[in-house]
Amino acid sequence: MTTPRGTRRRFLFATTALMGLAGTAGARTIEGLPWTSNEVYPPAEARPGPWLFFTADEGAAIEAIVDRLIPQDDLGPGGKEAGCAVFIDRQLAGPYGRAEGVYMQGPFPPNPLPTQGFQSPLTPAQAYRKGLTGLAAHAARNFGGRKIPQLSAEELDRLLTSLEKREANSPEFNGSEIFDLIFNNTMEGFFADPIYGGNRDMVAWKLIGFPGTRYDYRDVLAKPGMPYGIPPVSLLGRSEWRRPGGRG
Amino acid sequence: MRRLPRKDVVIVGLGWTGAIMGHELCQAGMQVVALERGPWRDTASDFNVGTAPDELRYAIRHELFIRTAQDTVTARNTPDQTALPMRRWGSFLPGNGVGGSGVHWNGHTWRFLPSDLNIRTHYKERYGEGIFPENHMIQDWGISYDELEPYYDRFEYLCGIAGQAGNIKGEIQPGGNPFEGWRQRGYPTPPLKMQLTQDLFTKATTELGMHPFPMPAANMSQAYTNPLGVTQAPCTYCGFCERFGCANYSKSSPQTTILPVLMRHPGFEARTECEVMKVLMSADGKTATGVTYIDAQGQEWEQPADLVILAAYQLWNVRLMLYSGIGKPYDVSTGEGVVGKNYAYQANSSVNGFFDDKRFNSWAGAGALGMTCDDYQGDVFDHTGLNFVGGANINGTTFHARPISARPVPPGTPRWGSAWKKATRDNYNTTTNVGSQGSVMSYRDCYLDLDPTYKDRLGRPLLRMTFDFKPNEERMSAFVTDKMVPIMRAMGAKQIVASPKKGPWSVVPYQTTHNTGGAIMGDNPRTSAVNKFQQTWDVPNVFVLGASAFPQNAGYNPTGTVGALAYYAADAIKNEYLKRPGQPLVQA
Repeated sequence: MTTPRGTRRRFLFATTALMGLAGTAGARTIEGLPWTSNEVYPPAEARPGPWLFFTADEGAAIEAIVDRLIPQDDLGPGGKEAGCAVFIDRQLAGPYGRAEGVYMQGPFPPNPLPTQGFQSPLTPAQAYRKGLTGLAAHAARNFGGRKIPQLSAEELDRLLTSLEKREANSPEFNGSEIFDLIFNNTMEGFFADPIYGGNRDMVAWKLIGFPGTRYDYRDVLAKPGMPYGIPPVSLLGRSEWRRPGGRG
Repeated sequence: MRRLPRKDVVIVGLGWTGAIMGHELCQAGMQVVALERGPWRDTASDFNVGTAPDELRYAIRHELFIRTAQDTVTARNTPDQTALPMRRWGSFLPGNGVGGSGVHWNGHTWRFLPSDLNIRTHYKERYGEGIFPENHMIQDWGISYDELEPYYDRFEYLCGIAGQAGNIKGEIQPGGNPFEGWRQRGYPTPPLKMQLTQDLFTKATTELGMHPFPMPAANMSQAYTNPLGVTQAPCTYCGFCERFGCANYSKSSPQTTILPVLMRHPGFEARTECEVMKVLMSADGKTATGVTYIDAQGQEWEQPADLVILAAYQLWNVRLMLYSGIGKPYDVSTGEGVVGKNYAYQANSSVNGFFDDKRFNSWAGAGALGMTCDDYQGDVFDHTGLNFVGGANINGTTFHARPISARPVPPGTPRWGSAWKKATRDNYNTTTNVGSQGSVMSYRDCYLDLDPTYKDRLGRPLLRMTFDFKPNEERMSAFVTDKMVPIMRAMGAKQIVASPKKGPWSVVPYQTTHNTGGAIMGDNPRTSAVNKFQQTWDVPNVFVLGASAFPQNAGYNPTGTVGALAYYAADAIKNEYLKRPGQPLVQA
């Protein structure tokens, strides 16, 4: 997400001296309001296609899990159809997965206070790789050597519940940590703008009644408490505005 | 290190206080350079309507905040613990780049109560010394409300604050806050339009004998042209305010109020992505000679200047003072020293209400859209027998319902699965909230110093924060939250969940970016770091602006007071300091 900004900003540094704008190389010296036409920093859009981060096994496991966290039911599509696994894959392949911008200097004490928050030396990508390997082994031990996508819905729910409740934690496998990661990223993907690969066709926003990126609700303020009739829109627009088979 | 030509003034940080001071000093004919360690940011490029309403990018991945890899703090609750770095921001979110926290704030623009500023004297006179909590460090500010009033007014008129006055020159005004300090005139713009939550809150609190009034908002209720000639446009209630820049030029920020004028001033220059390392001192340690900074290519520069203004965020002001040897560092073991002491925060609480028959549409909101009651604020109410100091405002606000973070479900609902999905759908638009924003007093063991272990990317020690919510704040929050529950009941909620503030303080959940203290103002150099003009006692050509000057925190958002104090300091520099440069404005 930060790549376009970083690139553009660095580009500006590199050119200030050449353009004679700056008295000091390296600093961006600004006198007057700077203006560059079309200078804007769009998000890095998730593209369709094969996994960028997950192995085939990891991707299949995540698809199975997100579809239990958010099941397909009479209220609408589940996490898999909504693109939550694609969202997580693209996030892990990008700056988030690399912990870009995150303070990663040690030491990393083994027992931080709960009030001191996240203290892992692993990037999210590393934590997923390690956590999913541990989870596959844990599932195989408990379910007769089967893989996660081979479990029934009831079995997978039982497994996820034990992870969530910290019942599966051991020195070798931190089950609650990988559960929390998947849970948080799944919810992010389900409710984030569809531009990031989840919330496909704004299924989550339609489910709850969030109008998305309309950005102007003066009509709502004129009549508080009434249903809102305008369908949602996202940074990608609406899927029916696109050619069949296209993105969004 | 290369030396640059001298400037009259160097300002560290180009947020609210840096922009205010830069403009005032340029108007006085000075040559001013502002050094900002973050990027240039402006509305069309950075808060473009095609990219701005993006919850994941801005609210969850923290696009506008400083990256912890560039700077963070270490945190612990008590001095006997080992502090660890905040690797991910949580409890608070320090801004980054031009505009600073003035870009991503909600826009609640308060004046503190007169009795907040002379709190020590006031409480002592009314209740006796016994009211103060154990190990407190509560101090008067060294400035009175009457002295500050004209500067509150200037900041409000710079911003175009939308509100309803409650006290004009001592005359109580209908519909305003009857408990506020006097103001010389009404707000520059009328209140925002209100949502269903505010309508119900107003009715409920009125029935309960309280005094609701519109929250003063830096979100524009109508177009407004400020005294500098800069125009803002009406707010569209988009629901992307806090953590976001405004794409509509509708939220007051340095970008929408000052920078269009300041940036074209011939006396002003801004250098972005330049991180100040420290303030340089003369050999005798009594005068600052400029600053050193590192640019984006790692080149170090010396910028000589006659006057040094620290206008960074509260935390980083304190850290720069500690790096530079300005003022005696606070020593928790002896209680002596001034830099780093009296770190305080905000004790907020909430009451969620789940309704059957109401549709709140809370995604249609503005950062400071709300109705407030100050009946349990500061010392508005009698504290006799309550066993705490301070209070809180009580707010019915509608500022967003962005769905990654704001989709409450009733207690007992599973966190996932079909039952969760149904509860999320059923409650998303039928839930609302009443909140409180509470004061935090100062204590001997709540302070800032330099961490012995963890360093920043440039090898400097991280700032270390030692803080916890104390029994005084827990009792205050429990008391105020108990007053909020009947409001929610009267609003008609079928199920109510109350969450008073309780310790221990955790870095994880977002609470508020209202960090205060560490370079506090006062009337005595033994107990404060700066005088009431925010001039450092020890180095008269260094001024330190912002909430670092608060001796403790009141039950309000800080920005109105931060802006007023910046104008107050600017006037003192222009009218007094420049007549005798390098001299203290207050004799120690």
